[in-house]
Amino acid sequence: MAFIQPIVFAIVTIAAFAFVFKKGKEIYRNINLGQKEDLTDQPDKRLKNMLLIALGQKKMFRITLPAIMHLFIYLAFLVTQIELLEIFIDGFTGQHRLLFHLFSETLDSGFLTGIYNFTISFIEVLSLLALIATFVFLARRNLLKVPRFVKSEMNGWPKLDANIILIAEIWLVACIFMMNGADVAREIQINGSSPYGFLISGNIVGPALSGLNIDLLKVMERFGWWGHILGVLGFIVYLPYSKHLHIMLAFPNTYFSRLKPRGEIFNMPAITKEIKAMMDPNADPYAAPSEGAEAVAPPKFGAKDVQDLSWKNLLDAYSCTECGRCTAACPANQTGKLLSPRKIMMDTRDRLTEVGKNIDLHGPDFIDNKQLLGDFISVEELRACTTCQACVQECPINIDPLDIIVQLRRALIMEDSNSPEEWNLMFSNIENNAAPWQFSQQDREKWVSDLK
Amino acid sequence: MELKVPTMAELAAEGRTPEVLFWVGCAGSIDQRAIKITSAFVKILNHLKTDFAILGKEEACTGDPAKRAGNEFVFQMAALQNIEILNAYQVRKIVTTCPHCFNILKNEYPNLGGAYEVMHHTQFLQEMINEGKLVVQGGGAFKGKKITFHDSCYLGRANEVYEAPRAILEALDADLVEMKAAKSRGLCCGAGGAQMFKEEEHGTQRVNQKRAEQAIETGAEIVAAGCPFCMTMLSDGTTEKAPGKVKVFDIVELLVQGQGL
Repeated sequence: MAFIQPIVFAIVTIAAFAFVFKKGKEIYRNINLGQKEDLTDQPDKRLKNMLLIALGQKKMFRITLPAIMHLFIYLAFLVTQIELLEIFIDGFTGQHRLLFHLFSETLDSGFLTGIYNFTISFIEVLSLLALIATFVFLARRNLLKVPRFVKSEMNGWPKLDANIILIAEIWLVACIFMMNGADVAREIQINGSSPYGFLISGNIVGPALSGLNIDLLKVMERFGWWGHILGVLGFIVYLPYSKHLHIMLAFPNTYFSRLKPRGEIFNMPAITKEIKAMMDPNADPYAAPSEGAEAVAPPKFGAKDVQDLSWKNLLDAYSCTECGRCTAACPANQTGKLLSPRKIMMDTRDRLTEVGKNIDLHGPDFIDNKQLLGDFISVEELRACTTCQACVQECPINIDPLDIIVQLRRALIMEDSNSPEEWNLMFSNIENNAAPWQFSQQDREKWVSDLK
Repeated sequence: MELKVPTMAELAAEGRTPEVLFWVGCAGSIDQRAIKITSAFVKILNHLKTDFAILGKEEACTGDPAKRAGNEFVFQMAALQNIEILNAYQVRKIVTTCPHCFNILKNEYPNLGGAYEVMHHTQFLQEMINEGKLVVQGGGAFKGKKITFHDSCYLGRANEVYEAPRAILEALDADLVEMKAAKSRGLCCGAGGAQMFKEEEHGTQRVNQKRAEQAIETGAEIVAAGCPFCMTMLSDGTTEKAPGKVKVFDIVELLVQGQGL
C-alpha cells in the first residue's frame, strides 16, 4: 500500500500545476489583448517600487490594523513555502519527515535538527497569527460589515470568493496543527517523549492529543498532511478564478506601474498629429495617401472595450483584490453616486474574462455585440468622477482606475458625441472664447483696470 | 501704491522678457471671487518688485476641463495654441494661482512642446519667504486663529505639494488644524474632472457639502484654500452648512490681510 501514496501525490500535483500553467497562459494572452505601452524604462526605480510596495506592503500601512493582520497572513504564506518543500520531498519519496531523519543521522545532528525545529516552530507561530488574522477578517466582512466590504458590487460571487479563501486559510492552518500535533502525540505514546521540538504542537497540541488511540493519531497525521497539500493545490487551482490572484500579480503590477506624476493624464499622439495638420498652412486637406502607403484604419479615440485599453489597465484589473480602499476614498462614492472605482476594475476584469472565453470558444474574430462601455460600465458612473486621484493614491498595489475612466470618457465624447449639454457649452466656450465660461477673451484683463 | 500689471506684449515692445509669467487662469480673470485672489497675488508681486507680466488678452484656457471631461481635441487645440504663444515670448518660468493650470502646464504641456518651470503661487511664496525676500511678521491678525487648510487635489495628490501652503499659515502664526481627511487623504471639493461645469450626478449629498462638513467639524473660523474652484465649492458648502460662521480665503489673501499689504 505504501507505494500508492507517492503515486497519487505525483498525479494530483502534476495535474494541478499543469492546469495552473494552462490558466496562466490564458491570463497572459488576455492581458496582451490590450494596447501596447512601453513600461520598461528606469528599471532601478521600478524594482524599488516593487520591493517597497509589493514585497514591503508600504501602502497597506495607510490603515494600520488591517495592514498588520494582512502582514501575518502574508508572512505565514511566504514562510509556509518552506514547509511545502518538506511536503513535496516526503510526497514524492513516500517517506515521513525525511529531512528530519536525515538531519538527525548526520554528525552535526544537533545543529541541523535545531534549524529544522526552529523553522517548523516559526511556521507554527506565524500560522497561529495568520489564524487570528483570518478570524478578524471574517468578522470585519461578515459581522462588523466594514462599509467597503458590503457595497453593492460585492454582492454574490465577490463576497463568497473572499469568504472561501478565508475559510481555506483556516483549513490549511488546522491541517498543519493536526499533522504536527498527531505526530508529536504518537511519539509520546511510543517513546514517552517526542524528538520534535515544535513550539506550539510540541507543547500544546501534541500533549493534548496524546491520550487518543494510536491508530487514530496515525489517521489524523495523514489527514492533516493530505488535507494541507490538497488544500494548497486546490488553492493554486482556484487562484485564476479568484481575486486572490493579487498574491502573484501584485509584483509585476507594481513593477510596471507608471512613473509619471499622479496628476498627469496622458496626451493622445493621434490627436496631436491631426491638430498639427490642421494648424499647418501648408497641409493639403485633400492629399491622397502617398504611393505605396498602407491604408490605415482611422484610430479609435478613447476606449470602448477592453482591447482598446492598455495592457497595463488589464494587468491592473487581474491584480485587483477588491479591497475597496479606492471606493472608500472616492468622493463620488462617499456622496452616494453610482461610481465605484473598484467596480470599474471588476468590470474590466469580468469583461476581459468574457472576451477571452469567446476567443477560446469561437476564435479571435468573434463579435458578441457587447462592450465594456455601456454593457458593464454605465455613463452615469463615468460622469460622476472628479478625477481627484484618491482611488489611485489609496490602491495598495498601484492600480489606476482613473486611467480607465478617462479613456472611456474619451470614447463617450469623441466617438459617440455623448456629452451633457453643459459640457458641450463648456467645450465650445473654450474653443470660441478661450475660457470655459461665456466671456469674451477681450475682457480677460478687465480685472487689471478694476484693481484698487 | 499703484499696482503695476504689465503684459508680455507691452514688455516685448520694450524688448524685455520678464523673469516670471503670472498665469492668471480663467477663474482668476473672470470669476468675481477669484479676481480677489488674483489681486492679492498681484499686490505681493508688486511688493516684492518681482519682474513679472501677464498674458492678458493673449491668455487662453489651458484646456483642463475639456481634457478631464474626455475631449482631447479641444484640450490639444487650446494647448498647442497656448504653447505657440508661450514659446514665442520665450517664457521660462510660470507662476499660477490655479492648481489645475499648474498641473496641466507642468505635466501635460511638456510633451506637446511646452516645457517651462511651473510653480503654484504657494510654492512661489514659500520660496520668497525662505530666501528672505518676503518677510512675514508673525503675531498679526491671524495669530492663534484656528485655520484649516483644504488640499486641492491637483496641488496635493497630483503633485504632492502639501507643505508650501501650510508653511505660509505657520508663518502667519495661525493655529493650523487639520480636517479628518487631509493631505494625501484629502477629500475633493467636488469641482474637479469638469464637474464644475455640469450638475452633479444623482447621489445622497453633494461633494462640497461633505467637504464643508469636514471643515466645519474642525472648529476653524477660516478655511484656507489654494484653488479658485475649491474656493467656490467650499464657500457654497460652508455658507449652506454654517452660515456666517466660517469664511473661506485663499492663502495669498490671508498673507495680504495678515501683513496689511
